Amino acid sequence: MLELDNIVKAFGGFRAVDGCTFSVNKGEILGLVGPNGAGKTTLFGVIAGALQPTSGTIRFLGEDVTHLSTDALFHKGLVRTFQIPHEFHRLTVLENLMMVPPNQPGENLFANWLAWGKVRACEEEVRARAVETLAFLELTHVTEERAGNLSGGQKKLLELGRTMMTDAKLVLLDEPAAGVNRTLLRKLEEKIQILNRERGYTFILIEHDMEMIEKLCQPVVCMAEGKVLIQGDFHTVRSDPRVLEAYLGEPAGAEREQAQHDPHIEEVREQELHKEDL
Amino acid sequence: MELIGLANYAIFMGILIGIYALLALGLNIQWGLTGLFNAGIAGFFAVGAYASAIITSPHVAGRVGGFELPIVVGWMGAIVFAGLIAWPIGKVCLRFRSDYLAIATIGVAEIIRLVIKSEDWLTGSSRGITGIPRPFGELDYVASQLAYLGLVIAAVAVVYFLLERQLKSPWGRMMRAIRDNEAAAAAMGKQIEARRLQAFIFGAAVMGLAGALFVHFNRSITPEAIDPMIATFLIWIMLILGGSGNNRGAILGAIVIWLLWSVSEMITDRLPTDVALQAKYIRIFVVGLALQLVLRFRPEGILPEEQARQTAR
Repeated sequence: MLELDNIVKAFGGFRAVDGCTFSVNKGEILGLVGPNGAGKTTLFGVIAGALQPTSGTIRFLGEDVTHLSTDALFHKGLVRTFQIPHEFHRLTVLENLMMVPPNQPGENLFANWLAWGKVRACEEEVRARAVETLAFLELTHVTEERAGNLSGGQKKLLELGRTMMTDAKLVLLDEPAAGVNRTLLRKLEEKIQILNRERGYTFILIEHDMEMIEKLCQPVVCMAEGKVLIQGDFHTVRSDPRVLEAYLGEPAGAEREQAQHDPHIEEVREQELHKEDL
Repeated sequence: MELIGLANYAIFMGILIGIYALLALGLNIQWGLTGLFNAGIAGFFAVGAYASAIITSPHVAGRVGGFELPIVVGWMGAIVFAGLIAWPIGKVCLRFRSDYLAIATIGVAEIIRLVIKSEDWLTGSSRGITGIPRPFGELDYVASQLAYLGLVIAAVAVVYFLLERQLKSPWGRMMRAIRDNEAAAAAMGKQIEARRLQAFIFGAAVMGLAGALFVHFNRSITPEAIDPMIATFLIWIMLILGGSGNNRGAILGAIVIWLLWSVSEMITDRLPTDVALQAKYIRIFVVGLALQLVLRFRPEGILPEEQARQTAR
């Protein structure tokens, strides 16, 4: 469905993404992991058309989309969310969803004066879909709230909700679990699974929460310093020495033994997450 | 001041308020709805004014014009020309963000002012254009003023109605989304550049109409008649104080600021002459103070952007 071939993104002399090659098949939830600064979000920006790759090609549904803009990719069914929620803060939650569907007749300046009936009919459909989406996300109680007033976790759900307002084929989720409490997190996992199974969405998921990755993702790709370290199922990736090295630094003898225990990885991850919050 | 004079003055003020309300409404499309910092309002106002003047005025040797077309055509022309001139300007300037856009548009307004001042064949340069017809101009003074006020109010009402519909339509929702978060709007498939340009042209066209109303009211126009202090700076204050993002706020802002602006002049004019000259500047202070107070106690303006706009109900 999506094929990345030797993607490089350099900022000046710094190669944030340094020759990434992997592909995503239809129906998969691909987990993208790696320490902070591995280039995951930059790679997302490149896939979604927000950043132009320095070199390499991206093919989506068999078509070369390397140089397409973000809005053009959206129309092809590739939708992204953001690591830091990008809600439309002065719009209501309902409006945040209702603005998403493409090609609404009411987006034409003149249709609003000349074809009001058509605009209204479409609005009713869009509204119904938005209301349904909010019910699915259990956000109905904040329908009329300004999106800027939502909690961090609710904004994350809203980001996911926006991807449900269009007929997306591939959804890029950038750390949907960051800053979301445990209960909401389980809910989020469940929603992603439903979308994957029932609506046939394919996902790429950047996440630091290993539980979530373990539960949802197959395969998992681990990146470090702009490169793909390894691709495989969760357990293969987790126990690969190169991955541990990337997370914990150069292993040396006895330390390496210890490093293979999960709690340590968890701890380091927590610290990293904490740093990010700051 | 006797009663009749006061009434006349009120009508005169009403007409000007209507014209400035149109400018504020135009700016509301650009800033309130789309977040475009246009600091060159006076430029589009001038383009509208001169366009209508040239289309409707009698022939003068050495200057294009003498078309003497009906006033309605002049107004249409003002709308079209202001919109047309906004197109290349928007194409170039809208690549800039906020403060850079402001600087670019100030520059553009200044270019327009200089062109008007120096292109004799087009605008009559500093002599300006005279003999511009005025609707209901053949009536006696009070009736004519009243009729013109009616016309201005009608124009504001029509523009208000059209804008409200846009604001509450999916188009308005999309524009506000672009304003709130450009990256996310692009990720949701909206064509940011094209839409921003659309709003810029739309706003400029409304400003052009205001220019046309202004020029037919005065029956003549010179480069000095359009003061950026009023046509740009004061309009911004009107919108910010009234409440950007809210069309009624824009109109209310125009009323409040123009009353403060002119009434304070009326009061200072009554002072002894030597003081009066200096006291005149107090109105800039008064307007500034009003803005400070409103922003302190109602940061989103007197009438803030409405929440939960519901379309198609």
